[in-house]
Amino acid sequence: MAVGSRTSELGAHRARATVSRAALALALGVVALVVMVAVALSAGQYPVTIGDLAALAWARVTGVAPVGVAPMVETIVLDVRAPRVLAALLVGAALAGSGAAYQTLFRNPLVSPDILGVSAGAALGAVLAIFLSLGIWAIQGFAFACGLLAVAAAYAIAASLRSHDPVLVLVLAGVVLGSLLGACVALIKYLADPYNQLPAITYWLLGSLAAATPGDVRASAAPVLIGLAALWLVRWRVNVLSLGDEEAAALGVAAGRVRALVIAAATLVTAAVVAISGIIGWIGLVVPHMARMLVGPDFRLLLPVSLLFGATFLLGVDTLARTAARIEIPLGVLTAFVGTPMFVWLLATARRHWQ
Amino acid sequence: MKLEARNLAFGYRGRPVGRDVSLVLEAGEVLCLLGPNGGGKTTLFRTLLGLLPAQGGEVRLGGEDIARLPRREIARRIAYVPQVHLGYFPFTVREVVLMGRTAHLARFASPARADHEAADAALARLGIAHLADAPYTQISGGERQLTLLARALAQAAPLIVMDEPTASLDFGNQARVLERIAELAAAGIGVLLSTHDPDQAFLLGDRVALLHGGRLAAIGAPQEVLTPDALRMLYGVDVTLARVAEDRTVCVPRLRRGRGAGTEPAAGGS
Repeated sequence: MAVGSRTSELGAHRARATVSRAALALALGVVALVVMVAVALSAGQYPVTIGDLAALAWARVTGVAPVGVAPMVETIVLDVRAPRVLAALLVGAALAGSGAAYQTLFRNPLVSPDILGVSAGAALGAVLAIFLSLGIWAIQGFAFACGLLAVAAAYAIAASLRSHDPVLVLVLAGVVLGSLLGACVALIKYLADPYNQLPAITYWLLGSLAAATPGDVRASAAPVLIGLAALWLVRWRVNVLSLGDEEAAALGVAAGRVRALVIAAATLVTAAVVAISGIIGWIGLVVPHMARMLVGPDFRLLLPVSLLFGATFLLGVDTLARTAARIEIPLGVLTAFVGTPMFVWLLATARRHWQ
Repeated sequence: MKLEARNLAFGYRGRPVGRDVSLVLEAGEVLCLLGPNGGGKTTLFRTLLGLLPAQGGEVRLGGEDIARLPRREIARRIAYVPQVHLGYFPFTVREVVLMGRTAHLARFASPARADHEAADAALARLGIAHLADAPYTQISGGERQLTLLARALAQAAPLIVMDEPTASLDFGNQARVLERIAELAAAGIGVLLSTHDPDQAFLLGDRVALLHGGRLAAIGAPQEVLTPDALRMLYGVDVTLARVAEDRTVCVPRLRRGRGAGTEPAAGGS
């Protein structure tokens, strides 16, 4: 049949296109990541050459002291820039990965990791700790704990309502709780000391990696890795769950249990990085969306590609944030300024390949 | 494998939909469920599949109470073909069919080569292998229905429940889907399907059940159950049954032109 064979050719063409586009996206992602790391390590007030970077890297690999590299360069790269690069990679990957999980879970490409109130909770925790003049560890601890608590509360509210549509109730509970927490943050800002506390609060709410230490990165890496590992374990079931609870159940998935696991894992990941970076919007919403445009909705591929893109993207933006102007530009602001035109361009171009 | 409902009451808490439903579905037979719109066919199916708890009576699947079986075990015994939907994300047809293999995977596993082979075999069996890499969101309604049928086949369950598999399909696609369903039954799969069309029950059904007012008004062979009286009770219209071949009966509504057709009450008494 003429029609059948033409459709068949179209199918085969699409198959090749899908496979090669996935491989291309992964390869491009890795290359971009490596290039971005090199750029981030060399750019700054004290420029470091690629040759110096290579010598330092070689020295790290072989364990021999680097030859011909000034000690100050070594200090700048390894002690000043490397921790911040690692923090950017961790935070970017975590936000994009949990965003991908939430979007697939809630069958909605416009969902971001803070839909259930994790960011609002973390913000309240951090702002409260700043208001009480607690130290940096307490701020991070409060942010992490309140982020988890907020999502647990949203989940408990939704569970107690027992609706026919558990997903809708859960999202509504998260949104409502989020705005309540936002009001609490506003109240504390209103009450805070305008000379000491308010700038610190504003700075935290805008997001920054300037204060991230190697200790911070180590402390938040553990929950991030645990959460991502859990997401990776249920990667296929997340696909099935994106069909809706009823269909997933009919296909043999215990929908409620898997959803609880995914929410717990994604919340853990988000809360852990928000605690060290402050609120950085945009990445968790749009990076998974970009990844889906390039490699399709299959979570087995979407998750790794989102992690790669998120890490690269935030590292790029953070490098820009600390080098573009004399003062640091807040990350939360810059992600939106850089990301929005990029996203519009992608929407315009990817659509053509899609249809 | 046998699906059995005993004095089943179904519906939601505080909103009962139907009761006293007893029926049996055996492997290799087609049981058609006929009933008016909003008559509770989908709710009954969801209860038979264990997706909704029974409000009374019980559902037994392979001799065991479905309420005590884990989801995975239920999915290995009975597959569900829901009403065609658009889908949310542009998964490929192959990925959608692969999801039918989920009940056969280990807890944290992804589909392996054997699962891909099962999915491809299901696609080939339904004649849509050429669509494997097309996005599910961009194929026609008939192709989507065949994709969901292929997913049920890949699930390798001995029983399949189909919710209005021909609704919203054009004439040709309806015939093609019905043809495939007949083939499945001939291959030993037990099929329970709901339909609006009495002709399909004549065409496919080994047995027909009529759901009216939340109860089974009748269940049995199509020739015995689908009488003009029964159809008038079910749909509130007068029909003529006509034999068009030695083994084919069709059902034609009688229109009462110019006399306010369709305004009669459901019971049709005037």
